[in-house]
Amino acid sequence: MSVTDIVFILTAIVTVGSAVVVVVSRSLIYSVFSLLFTFFGVAVLYVFLGADFLAGAQVLIYVGGILVLLLFGVMLTHRLYNLNLTTERFQPIAGTLIAAAVFASISLAAFKTKWKLVGEKELEPTTQQIGEAFLSSYLLPFEIASVLLLVALIGAAMLVRRRTDV
Amino acid sequence: MEYLREVLTQQVAGYDQLPEVLQIFLPMLLACLLCLGLVALVPLVAIWGERKVSAHMQDRLGPMRVGGWHGWAQTIADGVKLLLKEDIIPAQADRLLFKLAPLVVFAGGFAAFVVLPFGERFIVSDLNIGVLYIAAISSLGVVGIIMAGWASNNKYALFGGMRAAAQIVSYEIPTVLAILTVVIPVGSLSMQEIVRAQSGSVFNWFIFQPVTFLAFWVVYLGTLAEVNRTPFDIPEAESELVAGYHTEYSGMRFAFFFLAEYANMFLVSALATTLFLGGWHGPGFLPGPVWFILKAVALVFVQMWLRWTLPRLRVDQLMHVSWKVLLPISFLLVLAAGTLALMQEGAP
Repeated sequence: MSVTDIVFILTAIVTVGSAVVVVVSRSLIYSVFSLLFTFFGVAVLYVFLGADFLAGAQVLIYVGGILVLLLFGVMLTHRLYNLNLTTERFQPIAGTLIAAAVFASISLAAFKTKWKLVGEKELEPTTQQIGEAFLSSYLLPFEIASVLLLVALIGAAMLVRRRTDV
Repeated sequence: MEYLREVLTQQVAGYDQLPEVLQIFLPMLLACLLCLGLVALVPLVAIWGERKVSAHMQDRLGPMRVGGWHGWAQTIADGVKLLLKEDIIPAQADRLLFKLAPLVVFAGGFAAFVVLPFGERFIVSDLNIGVLYIAAISSLGVVGIIMAGWASNNKYALFGGMRAAAQIVSYEIPTVLAILTVVIPVGSLSMQEIVRAQSGSVFNWFIFQPVTFLAFWVVYLGTLAEVNRTPFDIPEAESELVAGYHTEYSGMRFAFFFLAEYANMFLVSALATTLFLGGWHGPGFLPGPVWFILKAVALVFVQMWLRWTLPRLRVDQLMHVSWKVLLPISFLLVLAAGTLALMQEGAP
C-alpha cells in the first residue's frame, strides 16, 4: 500500500464517518458540527482528483458560508438535544426495500462502469480552465445560476426590510 | 518543502537510502514543526510587543521586571502560568465541543501558515491556489468560534460567538473581492507568482499602483475586522460581553485562543505583505525572509497602534461599513482592475 492509498483511506474514513454522525446523531448541533469534517473530507477527495480550485472553493463556500448559515439556523431552533428525528408515519419494510434498491443500483453503477483511469498525474493548475469554460461553453448555466442567486438575495432583502407603510 | 528535501538529501549522509515514505514524510514533519514553532513564537513576541506598545502610548512603562531587559520574559512567564492552571470546564457546558473548539480555531490559523512565502525558496507549499486556500482555511476559525460560544452555555459567550461569525463572514466578502484586484493583473492564485510579479523596483509593488493602492486599504480594514481587532472588536467588547466567546475558557484552552488571535494578526499582515508590499523583495543588504518578516511586523504594529487609538464601533456601524461602504468600493475596484487588464492586453 502506498502513501497515497493510506491518506486516501484515512480521508474516506473521516468523510464517511462524519457523514454517518450527521445522520444518526441525536442532537442537531452535533450533526451540524460533524458536517465540518465531511466538507473537509470531500475537499481532500477533490485534491486527489486533481481539482485544486474546486477543493478550495468547496471549503470556502461550504465551510465558510453554508455551514455558518446552518449553525445560525440551528441555534435559532429550540430543543437541540435528544431530538427524536422521525416522521409521524414509520414504514420500516418499504423504507428498507427502497434503501436497499438505491444502494444496489449505486454499487452496480460504481462497479460496472468502466472508469477511465489516468494514473498518477502531475497536478496542473485548473483555475484558468474552469474560468474559461465558465465564460465560453458553459456561459448560459453560469449566468442562470448567477441570476438565481441574485433573485435569492433580493428576496432575502425584501423579507427583512423595514416596513414603513404599516 | 522541495527545497527542504533537497537540503536534507545533500547534507544528511544516507538520507537517500531511507525508505521512500520517510523521505517524503520527514520534510513534511520538519516543515510542520517549523510552522508550529513560528505560530508559537510570533504570539510570544507580539503579546509582549502589544503590552509595551500600549503602555508607551498611555505613558506607562509596561512589564519591566521579568527577565531583566524591559521585561522581555513576561509572556514566557504568563505562558507557563497558563499551562499550569487548573483546567476548568463549566458544569453545564457541552464537554466535547468545549474541548474541540480551541483546537479548531488554532488549526485554522496554523494551517494557513503553510502557504506564506517567507522567501524565494522558504515556503512550505507553493499551492496553485494559495490565496484561495488562505481565504478558505480561515473560515475554520469562524466555525471554531461559534463552537466555543455555543459549547460554553453562557449567554455572553454565545453573543460573542455569533457577533464574531457575522462580522467575519461579512468582512470576508469585500476582502476577497479586493484581493481579486491583485490576482487579475498577476493571472495566478499562487503566492510566489504574486510576489514575483512585484519584482524589479519598489514601484512594482502593488501598493504603488492606482487600483491596487485602494484595494490595499480595503484588504487591511477587512482583515483587521476578520481578526476581531479594535475598532472592530465588538465580539469581545469587555463592557458588554465580559470577554466574548472565550468567557468561560481558562488555562491552556484560553491560551490556544490567545495564540490563535496573535498568530492570525501576523497571518493577515503577512498576507497583505505578500499581496501589496512586494513580499520578500527588498534592498539586497538583508535576506528576503528578513524583509518579509519586517514588513509583516510593521503592519502588526499598525494594528496595535489602531487598537490603542480608536474607540470601538457599534454593531450597526460595523455592518454599515462592510456592506454599504467597503463592498461597493471593492466591486468598483474589481471592475477597474478587469478593465485595466483588458486595456493592457488589447481589445479581445
